[in-house]
Amino acid sequence: MIKVEGLTKRYARTVAVDNISFEVEKGQIVGFLGPNGAGKTTTMRVLTCFLPPTSGKASVAGFDVQENPLEVKRRIGYLPETPPLYPEMEVSEYLRFAGRLKGISSADIAKRIDEVTGRCALGDVRNRLIGKLSKGFRQRVGLAQAMIHNPDVLILDEPTSGLDPKQIIEIRELLRALAGEHTIILSTHILAEVEHTCEHVIIINKGRLAAIDSVANLTNRLRGAEAVAVEVDAAGGQPNPTEVQQRLEQAPGVSRVVMKDSKDGRIRFEVESLQGRHIRAELARAVVNAGWNLNELHAVGLSLEDIFLQLTAAGQGAAEENRKEGEPKQ
Amino acid sequence: MKNVLLICQKELRSYFASPIAYAVMAIFGLIFGWVFYNASRDFVRYTLLQAQGMGQGGPMSVNDQIIRPLLGFAGTIALFMVPMITMRLFAEEKRTGTIELLLTSPVKDIEIILGKWLGALLLYVCVLLMSMLNIALLVLWGKPDLRPVLVGYLGLLLQGGCLLAIGALISTMTRNQIIAGIATFFISLLLWLLSWFTAFDSSVTATVVNYMSIVTHFENFGKGVLDSKDVVFYLSMMFLSLFLTSRSLESLRWRA
Ligand SMILES: Nc1ncnc2c1ncn2[C@@H]1O[C@H](COP(=O)(O)OP(=O)(O)OP(=O)(O)O)[C@@H](O)[C@H]1O
Ligand SMILES: [Mg+2]
Repeated sequence: MIKVEGLTKRYARTVAVDNISFEVEKGQIVGFLGPNGAGKTTTMRVLTCFLPPTSGKASVAGFDVQENPLEVKRRIGYLPETPPLYPEMEVSEYLRFAGRLKGISSADIAKRIDEVTGRCALGDVRNRLIGKLSKGFRQRVGLAQAMIHNPDVLILDEPTSGLDPKQIIEIRELLRALAGEHTIILSTHILAEVEHTCEHVIIINKGRLAAIDSVANLTNRLRGAEAVAVEVDAAGGQPNPTEVQQRLEQAPGVSRVVMKDSKDGRIRFEVESLQGRHIRAELARAVVNAGWNLNELHAVGLSLEDIFLQLTAAGQGAAEENRKEGEPKQ
Repeated sequence: MKNVLLICQKELRSYFASPIAYAVMAIFGLIFGWVFYNASRDFVRYTLLQAQGMGQGGPMSVNDQIIRPLLGFAGTIALFMVPMITMRLFAEEKRTGTIELLLTSPVKDIEIILGKWLGALLLYVCVLLMSMLNIALLVLWGKPDLRPVLVGYLGLLLQGGCLLAIGALISTMTRNQIIAGIATFFISLLLWLLSWFTAFDSSVTATVVNYMSIVTHFENFGKGVLDSKDVVFYLSMMFLSLFLTSRSLESLRWRA
């Protein structure tokens, strides 16, 4: 549905997006993840035909963004980073304008407005001036605007920013419900958001692609080794932490043991396994055989957060090099 | 065409939702009314004097004594009014980011530009219509020749459309509407003054520069003379400015 090939976007001094390629299948919901200044907004602006690429190609539903912008725009609903709202308009009036602009006939517009105000929970504010709405409501009006013409593709730049936790959950549910029928790309810096909402994730850092995979795969791929949290009861000062640490280190398959803390009569460790080994049973046995009480033992998967830091830290050096080359000679 | 009207309607809506439309109409309505009042009062005085055999000079005519100065004055006033109307056209959308909605909707750039220009032109026409109320009074008690009046208003419309297109162009170049307004004012002023700079010069450059002056072309309209050369000038200036606006909008995309 969306295809990006060797996309580069250069501003006067910076290379905002540097030779990235990816594809998004119809019906997928993809998270676009990266720190500030990574180039997420820029990529989205190219996809929505707001900015032309410096080089490379991007196409939506088979239409190239440069050769056929009108066809691309017809199929895209876009929520920019700052929702594009006219404060002097009422919500329904604004949605009518946006809908008509996107080609909905005047016969259908009322039905569409009902539909999106319902989905974005805007029923109560339909006749309020946009300028007088709270930030969360404005964000939702922006989202409603993106959905008004029921587009095949939704491109949402930080759709949940400014929303309260309850609304965030509602929007996530809404997006999951929309996926399948619609193809969705959403950008965010919040990892939990991608884990909860998206099937696939595209990670970019400093304009370069760091990883692209399904959320599940990516977590697995980087996990290889298992990390386990172990808590041993040490009420009354027995056993002493070093002794426990030694025992755990001797268990088969263990590569490293880190003591996290030791207080209130509990000692906590984080134990990492060798590549591809499962060590939970061994750890339990080691503790119990020594005659200690095992309080807790559970796997701590590497979170997307760890993955993200790992990936972006690894990519950093290379990206830095590349930026220097890309800059015009003084 | 549907998109042009849609955008035009939106522009008019926001003019009338903000104080701009009312301010422009009130200020220029008052100024125009005041000038009209003075011109007619003087006219009545002189006519009375003449009737008593005390005045000198040829016969007085409503057209020459009231309408022509009034139209000339309206032409000058447009210089102040146009920047107020056009300054926000694109600058405001750039500042608030709503330009992203327009430029990512399935409409052509030229439709956006024409829609906005047309919206601005309609507000300008509202002001012209208000000034026509004064003329209507004249028709009630004087017997002015209507043809020069209509030609004069056609001139005002063409000149206005031209200045509005220039204002729209300048508004695409900044995100600060005050800067857009001031720049538009000075550029219009410059185009207006061009005829003064070259008044006593008859070299080729001077003729060309003089040709560019907005005022030179309005003079004929003011006298009630419809010359196709002037109409062509205004239409081509309009076309050129709107074309440049579309280029500027395009380059906005490259720079944005
Ligand atoms: N109009 C512009 N002119 C010049 N440089 C720009 C412009 N817009 C963005 N940049 C630069 O391009 C790079 C990428 O910016 P972009 O807005 O795409 O990042 P982002 O991933 O959306 O960041 P954020 O998470 O903060 O929204 C940044 O280094 C930024 O400074
Ligand atoms: Mg961004």
